[in-house]
Amino acid sequence: MENLLLMMAPLFSSKLLLVLFFGTLFGLILGVLPGLGPTTGGALILPFTMTLDPLSAIVLLTSIYCAGTYGGAITAILINTPGTPAAAATCLDGYPLAQKGEAGRALGMATVSSTVGGIFSVIILVFFAPLLAKLAYEFGQPEYFALAIFGLTMLASIGDGSPIKNLIAGAFGILISTIGKDFMTSIDRFTYGINELSEGIGFIPVVVGLFAISEMLTQSTLLNQVFKRVALKAVKLPSLNDYKLTWKTILRSSGIGSFIGVLPAEGGTVASLIGYSEAKRFSKKPEDFGKGSIEGIAGAEAANNAATGGAMVPTLALGIPGSATTAVILTGLIIHGVRPGPDLFREQPEFLYGIFGAMLIANVLFFIFGFFGAKIFARITLVPNKILWPMIFAVSVCGTYSLSQSIIDVWIMLLFGVIGFFMRRYGFSVVPVIIGLILGELVEGTLRQSLVIFDGNWLMFLTRPIALTFFILSLIGLAFPLLRSKKRKKIL
Amino acid sequence: MNNVQKQKRANKSLPFFFKDEFKVSFIIIFISTILLITTFTFDIVPPILNRGIQPATFPKGLLILIIGLTLIIYYLSIKKPWKVEKKLPKTFFLTLLSFLIFVIVSKTLDFFLAISLLSVFVSYYWGERRILYLILVSVIFPIIVFIFFETILGLRFPPGIITNIYY
Repeated sequence: MENLLLMMAPLFSSKLLLVLFFGTLFGLILGVLPGLGPTTGGALILPFTMTLDPLSAIVLLTSIYCAGTYGGAITAILINTPGTPAAAATCLDGYPLAQKGEAGRALGMATVSSTVGGIFSVIILVFFAPLLAKLAYEFGQPEYFALAIFGLTMLASIGDGSPIKNLIAGAFGILISTIGKDFMTSIDRFTYGINELSEGIGFIPVVVGLFAISEMLTQSTLLNQVFKRVALKAVKLPSLNDYKLTWKTILRSSGIGSFIGVLPAEGGTVASLIGYSEAKRFSKKPEDFGKGSIEGIAGAEAANNAATGGAMVPTLALGIPGSATTAVILTGLIIHGVRPGPDLFREQPEFLYGIFGAMLIANVLFFIFGFFGAKIFARITLVPNKILWPMIFAVSVCGTYSLSQSIIDVWIMLLFGVIGFFMRRYGFSVVPVIIGLILGELVEGTLRQSLVIFDGNWLMFLTRPIALTFFILSLIGLAFPLLRSKKRKKIL
Repeated sequence: MNNVQKQKRANKSLPFFFKDEFKVSFIIIFISTILLITTFTFDIVPPILNRGIQPATFPKGLLILIIGLTLIIYYLSIKKPWKVEKKLPKTFFLTLLSFLIFVIVSKTLDFFLAISLLSVFVSYYWGERRILYLILVSVIFPIIVFIFFETILGLRFPPGIITNIYY
């Protein structure tokens, strides 16, 4: 009961409500614009959060996360281009349905299923995160090491890259985290005598570079691309018949999305693909999928939004990001001096339940914005790239510079922009780099501390049941992409 | 025959050193090897200060892993070639050039002048010809961003010929 009241706190704070309002609005705009999204947007907004108190800052980031994930559906349905990677599965049925003159119905279903999925996942978050945090009390250094390895092996199955390419990208991310002074012995590593590198490479220059700048370079190769936008009169609430047809799908996908979200490093993209495929498998009319099935839209959208709450579970309870955007949120927490983990649940419940409550409200807010404003948000896609991207560049540069007031950070951002462009061009997802970078210190630190405990005997890891369980799960995680690719071939 | 199959077939006819999979794998392995050699130059801590492993051991392991995995993707690409990517357009190289100009100008003249120059350069070469819009992206918007960061975040930008006028 006390926790419920803590969850309601954002409703009684005009400041938090204002933050939620702008966060949701900004998230929707980011989600609608192809190439941007909650991860890039969160990274760009991170410097601005320094002017806010920790709760407002994280509320802003989480509302961007929730609304941005939904926003991708608007573009997916109206111009057949997913605003975010998580909305890729929505294109499959959203656009065909819109072409049939039912864009309003498609968007209505996307809005309702996204909201239900989002709220469902927040409920999961409220119940599951404290349980996981309690379990984490049993964790020592070896267990955290095994958990981080589990998170990293899950990278194999994310994004569009091949599993091995994803693992290379993840290892590259960890390697970046080793640049600078070794945090245990203060020995310089990969600094090449450059003083600015002694502190290591910051998270923000890498994220902004890999997402925003590399996307700018990608857009420079797509200038002749013409989007055909389907006309939209108004968003329609689903009919009673639509509800009858989809309620089971929405609930199933909400569960799937929440579960996939909880898995470290997995996120909305994987969740929506699985949610979509399960919707097709259970459908009475699987032949309609790909031709404008309302169940397809519901399955994909409920799952990708359900992944938002799910992904927050390991992020808050263990400090292991559940997705690329939660890696940005995790950075936000660390910048504001909040260390995620079991102690956070014991010492700052008002902070945590404030976030949970804010996520719940954000889901309601994007429903309202989406329902009444989708037509306006769709117009944002008309802003030409030749105007939009120079502006994004200006914000990226200033945002990156602002955190440490270092011009070197800006150059690092540009360098990672170029690296990110070529990575994506040759099928390497950039998301594992981000997760590897954020987990790098944890992996190395816990490994070295464990070896001190074990007196250098590596086999001792296998004597710890929880660590052993995570190692077994890691092996399963490595096998998962093979199963998924077989399944995807069946669906698409 | 779909486009992907056509592209894969086109890739098969190229000599191995012209293929993307060889070039990408070579670059990754080359850079990783240089970094691996660098790790041998890291200081060694005495056993009493050593925490589990030497500071160089972890990066060494990662680099060996990256090289090993890259060899695997190259081996797999022999059986299943990657699709040939389209040639990069002129606008890509111009955008890349604008980054270089940005770095030089921000270092030598002024941070905000560099942003303005890049904005007008990119916007123009991406097809914008309307003067008003060019002024919007290269002058008005950077000024708004500058004022926002300066006043709200209390940020002090690096000195330069334009920034010094404000300060």
